[in-house]
Amino acid sequence: MEVALAALIGIFFVTAVYLMLSPHVIRILLGVAVLGNAVNLLIFTSGRLTREVPPIVPDGMIVADPSIANPLPQALVLTAIVISFSFFAFLLTLAYRAFQELGTDDTDTMRIAEPADEAAPPTGY
Amino acid sequence: MRTVIFRTTAPYLTSLMVLFSIFVLLRGHNEPGGGFIGGLIAASAFAIYGIACGVPPVRRALVFHPMSIAGTGLFIGASSGIISLFSGVPFFTGLWIYPTIFGVEIALSTPLVFDIGVYLVVLGTIASIALGLEERERL
Amino acid sequence: MAGKPTEPVDLTGAMVTDVPALADWLVVAPVVICLLGGAFLLAQRKNTAIQGRTAVGVLALLVVAAVGLLSHVLNSGPIVMTMGRWLPPFGITFAVDILGAVMVLVAAIVSFFCGLYALTEIDTQHRRYGFFPFLVLLMAGVCGAFLTGDIFNLYVWFEVLLIASFGLLILGNEKAQLDGAVKYAFLNLIATTLFLIATAYLYGLVGTLNMADIAVRVAELPDGAPINTIAALYLLAFAMKAAAFPVFSWLPAAYHTPRIVVSAVFAGLLTKVGVYALLRTLVMLMPASLAVFTDILAWIAGATMLLGVLGALAQSDIRRTMGYLVVSGIGSMLAGIALASDLGLMGAIMYAVHSMIVMTALYMTCGLMIHQAGSHDLRRLGGLYARDPFLSAIFLILAFAIAGLPPFSGFWPKLTLIQASLAGGNGWLAGAILVTGFLTTIAVGRIWIMSFWRGGPVGTPDGESIAITDMPMTDPADRRDMLFPIIGLTILVIALGFLPRPYLNIAAGGAGGLLYSDAYVESVLGKDSTEADIGEEIGTDADGPDANSTEESQSGDGS
Repeated sequence: MEVALAALIGIFFVTAVYLMLSPHVIRILLGVAVLGNAVNLLIFTSGRLTREVPPIVPDGMIVADPSIANPLPQALVLTAIVISFSFFAFLLTLAYRAFQELGTDDTDTMRIAEPADEAAPPTGY
Repeated sequence: MRTVIFRTTAPYLTSLMVLFSIFVLLRGHNEPGGGFIGGLIAASAFAIYGIACGVPPVRRALVFHPMSIAGTGLFIGASSGIISLFSGVPFFTGLWIYPTIFGVEIALSTPLVFDIGVYLVVLGTIASIALGLEERERL
Repeated sequence: MAGKPTEPVDLTGAMVTDVPALADWLVVAPVVICLLGGAFLLAQRKNTAIQGRTAVGVLALLVVAAVGLLSHVLNSGPIVMTMGRWLPPFGITFAVDILGAVMVLVAAIVSFFCGLYALTEIDTQHRRYGFFPFLVLLMAGVCGAFLTGDIFNLYVWFEVLLIASFGLLILGNEKAQLDGAVKYAFLNLIATTLFLIATAYLYGLVGTLNMADIAVRVAELPDGAPINTIAALYLLAFAMKAAAFPVFSWLPAAYHTPRIVVSAVFAGLLTKVGVYALLRTLVMLMPASLAVFTDILAWIAGATMLLGVLGALAQSDIRRTMGYLVVSGIGSMLAGIALASDLGLMGAIMYAVHSMIVMTALYMTCGLMIHQAGSHDLRRLGGLYARDPFLSAIFLILAFAIAGLPPFSGFWPKLTLIQASLAGGNGWLAGAILVTGFLTTIAVGRIWIMSFWRGGPVGTPDGESIAITDMPMTDPADRRDMLFPIIGLTILVIALGFLPRPYLNIAAGGAGGLLYSDAYVESVLGKDSTEADIGEEIGTDADGPDANSTEESQSGDGS
């Protein structure tokens, strides 16, 4: 099970890195989204896998035992999902606005903030 | 998307979804549900309303600006941690009271207050992003 | 809904049963103040009339809380509070030692003066975009990052400050801002994702997220555990956050685009949070791995400070020059971390404090210069001395401070760092720091000469002065209001330069707390640290953590 998940995480990371290497903002954005999911799977796997056991202490039991899944990675993944979701929403808006205003989604041609032809500073009075 | 059928059903669909989102919010402590998912359901309800009838009616329906709703939610959520200052327990400790209203015992707690705060934050944030995107699409 | 608990359960083994002292609340106070204040301001976002004053009031309250926090920590050691009564390492812990407290205090002071500056700089339209709520929420994120004792929680606070900084960065929706924001947002998000990846691996390895517990367990790891890989990931993630070579390019691409007061806040706070996280994770949690990376880190530090200042020399936009100077300063702090000795860390902490104050003040001064001269281009600036001689004096003081010349605040950290480099046998690093100081003097000196000293823009004959006519004089009341926070920070710069004793002592205390983290670990996990034994975490075969075992970890001295 761990091996299969590790391979899956690997595929996710490869896809994410490939997408993020593109100059187009929208592909980078998709890459970031895939990267976020890769990390979520990674956290989940680091917490050790138990099959089909809920992370809930049953009635009558006070101390957790191995028949209960580890709830911490699930809480971490939940937090990470919430955060990456809100960031995805924000970045999507930002990319869309940038595309509207700058007329391009190619990061190589986005040179408004750093003009390519800016002259060197004066060397004397 | 402004077909007659969709425009007629959207208000009913929206109100049903908002009602359902409050149900999800309130059952959330020990059962599946809670503030985050409730807030998402409510925000998608308003997004549907926006798709059907345009953004201005949604803004009117929400009464307050979405970001103000999110701010209020954040305030409620953060305050729910302060209550424990007055009970001599560390920050964000869950405190419960069990008042009996009309013969029914109701469990009220600071986690519930926090969940309501989360609900409002999510509703406000997602609604403001969704409305912002929908507004621009129509330009 | 949960029913009433039916049977009484003995909770002393799992939960805090003592009533927390009122002073313990100081550790969460900065975060709570900022969260409540930010939330209130967000809810009142249309009410621009009250926003500014409320925000400044909240930030003043934050300064008071931070002063209380620092004095309490100096008097009686680290403060700890764990959310929801769970015993550490189960609950999310807030823990503060001298380093955390001093960073919170300086951040609070800097943000307070930025708030004051923004009262004139930020007009009604930009207030409506939400400058003040985002500023206060950003402070919530910054304070949370400095105060938390839980590594996943640190990630959460990083995201809080990141989302607030996005809001500040695109205030006004100008083209250049959107361009800068795209680069800033994507690179910072990738950095925090790397941080999360490293945290996932660390959790898989040691089975805990509480920093004190991690410090104990990392020291007990068997040989061959992949802890150095994790440390390398943390190094990359936080180096990106701190804008170190070779991953600093997002900073000069973005920091000159927003309103100048936003740049001032960012320059003062954001990169230093990255440096703080490096100090916390590499020095305190994984000292053995830091020893492995010492050489690489020293090279990175040297390259960052030299390339930063060379970048600054190549800019004709004064705001971009400042951006590169921020990068250059990060190099000096990294040099201190690379040395990993008492003296080196002390220098790094002192440099962080100094850089937070001076960079913010410099950006603010540039803002006023741009107001007075109507340009941020070195080719068109000139004759400012005639218009505002007092401002020229202030700029000169700050220029001396950033270059590390005595008698201002930049002198002591550089002196400490050079001393530490020589003591650690890293002569070339000391040389790099000196060369950087020299080049910084040229970079800021040139700005002063060209914008204040010479008579007018490029082409003005020597000895003549051309009055700036195309730019109306800044309203005297506005000038006074904008000058006031700059003067406040400049006084701090002078005071730290002339009265370095408390500054040195506090930095030494902070460095000691990082290298010998027993006091921190003990205050989190309890005096009798066998209590942490119930931390029967999955996947670790570690038995009872021993608080003293961290002592051997400081064998990683630079020598």
